[in-house]
Amino acid sequence: MKTYWRSLDELADPKEFRIKEARAEARQKSLLLKKENEANHPSRRDFLKTLGFSLAAASIAASCKRPIDKMIPYLIKPEEVTPGMANYYASTYYDGGDYCSVLVKVRDGRPIKIEGNSLSPVSQEGTSARVQASILNLYDGARYKSPMHSGAETSWKMADAEIIETLRKIQQENGKTVLLTSTIISPSTQAIIQQFLKKNPNTEWIQYDAVSASGMLVANEKSFGLNAIPDYRFDKAKLVVSFGADFLGTWLSPVEYTKNYTSARNLRDGQKEMLRHYQFESGMTLTGSNADVRFPVKPSEESGIVLALYNAIAKAKGAQTLTGASSAVDISGLAEELLANEGHSMVISGSNNENIQLLVNGINQLLGNYGPVISWDTPLQTRKGRDEAMNTLIAGLEGGKISALLVWGANPVFDHPKGKAIETAIKKLTLSVSFAERKDETAKACQYILPEPNYLESWGDFEPKSGILSLAQPTIAPLFNSRPVQETLLKWSGETLRYKQYIEEYWQANFFPQQNDFTDFRIFRNNTLQKGVFSVPKKNEVEYSANGLAEAGQKIPSAKTGIEIALYETVAIGNGKYGNNPWLQELPDPVAKISWDNFAAVPVAYAEENGLNNEDVITVNGMELPVFIQPGQAKDTISVALGYGRAHAGKVGEKIGKDVYPWVRLENGNRTYFVENASISKVEGKTFELAISQTHHSMEGRPIARETTLEDYIKNPSAGNELRKKHQAESVTLYEKMDFPGHHWGMAVDLNSCTGCGNCAIACQAENNIQVIGKEQVRNRRIMHWIRIDRYYSEKPENPAVSFQPVMCQHCDNAPCENVCPVAATPHSNEGLNQMVYNRCVGTKYCVNNCPYRVRRFNWFQYARNDKFDYNANNDLGLMVLNPDVTVRSRGVVEKCSMCVQRIQEKKQEAKLAGRKIEDGEIKTACAQSCPGNAIVFGDMNDPNSRISKLFKDERNYHLLEELHTLPSVGYLTKVRNNIV
Amino acid sequence: MYKTEIRGKLISGDKSLGQISQDILRPIDAKTPRWWYAAMTMSLALFGWGLYCKYITVSQGIGTWGVNNTVAWGWEIVNFVWWIGIGHAGTAFSIFLLILRQKWRTAINRAAEAMTVVAVLCASLFPLLHMGRPWLFFFIFPYPNTRGPLWVNFNSPLFWDFVAISAYMLISASFWYFGMVPDFATIRDTTKSKIKKAIYGFFAFGWVGSSKEWLRYEGLSFVLGGIAAVLVVSVHSIVSTDFAVSVEPGWHTTIFPPYFVVGAIFSGFAMVLTLVTLMRKLYKMEDFITDSHVDAVCRILVFISLIMGTAYITEIFMAWYSGSEYEMYTFFKNRITGEYALQFWGMFTFNAIIPQLFWFKKVRSKLWVVFIISLLINWGMWFERFNIVVTSLSRDYLPANWAEYHPTWVEIGFFTGTIGMFAAGVLLFFRYIPMIAISEIKSVSKYDKPMPEPKIEHHD
Repeated sequence: MKTYWRSLDELADPKEFRIKEARAEARQKSLLLKKENEANHPSRRDFLKTLGFSLAAASIAASCKRPIDKMIPYLIKPEEVTPGMANYYASTYYDGGDYCSVLVKVRDGRPIKIEGNSLSPVSQEGTSARVQASILNLYDGARYKSPMHSGAETSWKMADAEIIETLRKIQQENGKTVLLTSTIISPSTQAIIQQFLKKNPNTEWIQYDAVSASGMLVANEKSFGLNAIPDYRFDKAKLVVSFGADFLGTWLSPVEYTKNYTSARNLRDGQKEMLRHYQFESGMTLTGSNADVRFPVKPSEESGIVLALYNAIAKAKGAQTLTGASSAVDISGLAEELLANEGHSMVISGSNNENIQLLVNGINQLLGNYGPVISWDTPLQTRKGRDEAMNTLIAGLEGGKISALLVWGANPVFDHPKGKAIETAIKKLTLSVSFAERKDETAKACQYILPEPNYLESWGDFEPKSGILSLAQPTIAPLFNSRPVQETLLKWSGETLRYKQYIEEYWQANFFPQQNDFTDFRIFRNNTLQKGVFSVPKKNEVEYSANGLAEAGQKIPSAKTGIEIALYETVAIGNGKYGNNPWLQELPDPVAKISWDNFAAVPVAYAEENGLNNEDVITVNGMELPVFIQPGQAKDTISVALGYGRAHAGKVGEKIGKDVYPWVRLENGNRTYFVENASISKVEGKTFELAISQTHHSMEGRPIARETTLEDYIKNPSAGNELRKKHQAESVTLYEKMDFPGHHWGMAVDLNSCTGCGNCAIACQAENNIQVIGKEQVRNRRIMHWIRIDRYYSEKPENPAVSFQPVMCQHCDNAPCENVCPVAATPHSNEGLNQMVYNRCVGTKYCVNNCPYRVRRFNWFQYARNDKFDYNANNDLGLMVLNPDVTVRSRGVVEKCSMCVQRIQEKKQEAKLAGRKIEDGEIKTACAQSCPGNAIVFGDMNDPNSRISKLFKDERNYHLLEELHTLPSVGYLTKVRNNIV
Repeated sequence: MYKTEIRGKLISGDKSLGQISQDILRPIDAKTPRWWYAAMTMSLALFGWGLYCKYITVSQGIGTWGVNNTVAWGWEIVNFVWWIGIGHAGTAFSIFLLILRQKWRTAINRAAEAMTVVAVLCASLFPLLHMGRPWLFFFIFPYPNTRGPLWVNFNSPLFWDFVAISAYMLISASFWYFGMVPDFATIRDTTKSKIKKAIYGFFAFGWVGSSKEWLRYEGLSFVLGGIAAVLVVSVHSIVSTDFAVSVEPGWHTTIFPPYFVVGAIFSGFAMVLTLVTLMRKLYKMEDFITDSHVDAVCRILVFISLIMGTAYITEIFMAWYSGSEYEMYTFFKNRITGEYALQFWGMFTFNAIIPQLFWFKKVRSKLWVVFIISLLINWGMWFERFNIVVTSLSRDYLPANWAEYHPTWVEIGFFTGTIGMFAAGVLLFFRYIPMIAISEIKSVSKYDKPMPEPKIEHHD
């Protein structure tokens, strides 16, 4: 056999080698054994080692807080959900009398953004700041999380059983139950309520509006026999005269009115005619600041002016004139103009006095405005509350005639002048139930709180104008243990139907037969749900009667001497229902530019006479209020906003401002929103800080927000914009022009269409995860809004002309900010966008200084997840509103408008996948999408046929600070005033 | 040639070379005076307070300052430019006077250079901590990296700034240190304390004073001096580009580079004057820092003050001449009559008017008056920077953005902290380093001796 050897040693002496091998093996084994022994019997040293390690490990584990993220993957993925892709669901926003048809953007199961629904004939793709901010209400920590009884959690079953029993008892004892709701515009809900009333015969249903339109309803009932409000068609009007109606901001249906108003004033596409707008008002409202001719008057003077106007027109038309209060203003010219625009004009009044409204109806009737401009075909349904019903209720409550109160969508404890009395009375009732969604003062007083779901969690149908309907569908499973009130009412009526099912049955029975497009109800339902809207064309012949008109002249109040306080709703906070919404609290008032507070707006002359400065404190009828000097505030008036000073609203909303609802007077039973003969005194030495975000009001003669008059514009389309040609001629450069081979994005802002409402700021905030910074930081001039609306005054301070100019990043092609960043954190894209690379930014803030438009926003603190900024971004619930496509910026970086680059990318990818070019208008930035004035147009400047390219060729177009040669991609179109009489 | 009869003595007291060494080194060997401890405690207290303010700044964010989205640069940049300006003096002093063969500089240049180093250190804190995310400060270094590589923006003045300041810091520190080496050797050789011997011996680099060493020493001084001469001009011209390159009215000014350099020298010399008058009084250095020294610095200041005045008026003239309404608003409305008019008139008075008092010999010879005026100039120069930075920013193009700026206690604390740091640095310098360059001042010790009669040989 052959000898195989492994090494020379083995070959030399195999035996010796094997012995060596065996020894080595034995040594190995013994070592192993020893090790094993050691392991089993640890030495002191080992013990210490282990101890040390575990201590260190434990301390590391304890010091690093590991967030626990629960991830639950889809076992079976729903067909419509694609991670990372948004779905849009048509739905309806209706709250506190505000109606808007919306699309809800849902990403990965979370609603994150509200968009306007372009199919709606009412809101026409527009929204308001409140609608935009309503998405945050879904994720509000102040929402009730389960049914409650006397402050303790209870179950639906228990609550139902107890309440049904109590209601039955009350019924037996012949007690009275009142169902108090805000105006209900849902046809199916109305049917459910009727059913409930039938089941509980001793029950009365009262509708109540936080800010009353009762005077108008009474007047319309007298004049037309209808408890409704006609359809004001601003788009059909040539002349609008408004007496204190803030129809662009808060009056009735501002989104719709803004859409129509701006379309009647828009000078694009060859339009040469413009609606002319007169406004009589006390405080400077959003509407007044847009008026062509504005008369600052005292609230009590309005009635006399309306009467004088009525008489002037009646005289011209040969009708009976009336005697009564005299006018403070000469209205002969206005009357002539109204007569010249017979059938094309509109006179409206925001007054809650039925006699003034009767006179207004009389004027419109004489002018033949009913029909073409003020239509009764589709009357507005969003205000139904009658003050006398409410007064009876309060009397009943106080007199102990009522045993049970069910409150839904109303908060009279806060927003009724007799709130305190109502609160005391509620506490004495046998049964009090609130269906409030979130904390409010009335719910706090009630025994039972049976929370309703948020509108984004609910089914619903709505009829804002008769014949014009829309649907709501849930976009997320209810976050909390809530139940639709309709289901509750059905249950208490002895039915166990789901509300969704009820709606379907109701629609099948009532609306399905009224259309001819579909024969199958399921298809009809799906189609309507998808579109969100449905219309039944209606014609309505209404007869006018001069019922009550003759006495109206005598009944209207006459002008008083002394200082008057005008109470108004703000564009952001409205009637105060959304007090806990930090986005709205932080939205600067369009005119005063103040957020986080209400204040006493005093006239300039009054402040000078009495030595008042901004932020001084005055006592108004015993209440201390901070002073804000408001140009345009009528002489001898002070304006104070309603809706502030919530006592029970949630973390954000409490202790902000002062509650002035108790100042609302009941004059002949009607809630009257002004106070006469106010006593005012200065509190010496006391100041109160206001978060004012714009402190300089004059343009200093600079060509910033350019304007002209209609007369000049017709003569010369570039009137007011003459500088543009000069700047263009001077715009020369030695450098090569930047090349944008693909797209070149641009934006045009039509200053003639922008009303300054602030919808864009909130839309942008929702889209781009912009953080709330609180009052102190706003006051420090650090507001984060990527789009701000600059407001300038010109002419006389007692009645100035107002200009609004939205300013966002101008995406300059020769951007001063880009050049100076030392770390190249803000480069220019080849599509003309000025980009911000947050990760690269070290925060030198040089770009902030070098931006002549000052649109860059610095994160002075860590705003998200910081206890010092305890708003929506400091809790898991509030963070659900974040748009996952947009980074949440950390402390120390600069941010600014990105022209919604995530939306651009999304549409580009869509087009690429479909193998087509992007169409003009396909991409809409958040601000442009829902602008109720259609003031913002976004598009590709490289496409010669795009709307933006056409607008940039418009004679009115100019670029802001063009003389600096920054080459902005944003253009502005001159504002045109129709103010030459 | 220096004419003692006209310009006064450079060293009085008719000292021998040995005496000069002894006199200058006396404070280092002597017991630390009480006032020094008191002053040091105060400085350290200020410095500590400053550290706390910096802690607040870093832990919470620069939102704790008064700056906002309109005036994004406030006191921190004002102070940065101010300190950098002060930090100009040392090198300018040494280099320019060296080039101009002004031998009187020898008594002062050491103190001036020490001041430079401390002032630049103070200055560098501001740009670092005014960043939103100071922990990423290294993003500003142009280093090869794995992010692309992603380079810095070479177009940005802030990058130039960073390069200029770090180079200036490096060169002026080396220049100052190498100048001290022979003096450290002198201390090493004369002191009786073993610890001092060891420490100063270490810093003396084994200097023995051989001819070869002196030759190398001169060579090094020459090279460093040459580089520093360029940096003196570049550093503040580049700091000025932080403003001049922008589009802001009041910043976008071509006069800025020379204006800033001259301004910096102005404030630097004023600070030198403040320090040497203190030094002279506290350490009784009247023999070395003579009236003629003070007089010379005062004369320079009156000259620079005229340049400053001219620059201010030129700026205003150019604003009008440009025809730009924004420029005109900034200069005529905002600065001269606006909300911050106090700062403008403070600047104008302290920098352009008050130094004119130095035309009078009586003023120049009163040390306390000189001391006060030197402080006023420093204050005036601070106002100048405030005018440029804050006043311009607060009201620029779009009036809707106009905003006021008020510093908070955090920024004020940060600033006073750097004053404490500066004072502590200067006190350490007084205590442990020869205040006057011994080796250099010895070279002028014979200047006040009568010149030996030149021997004239006649060749008939």
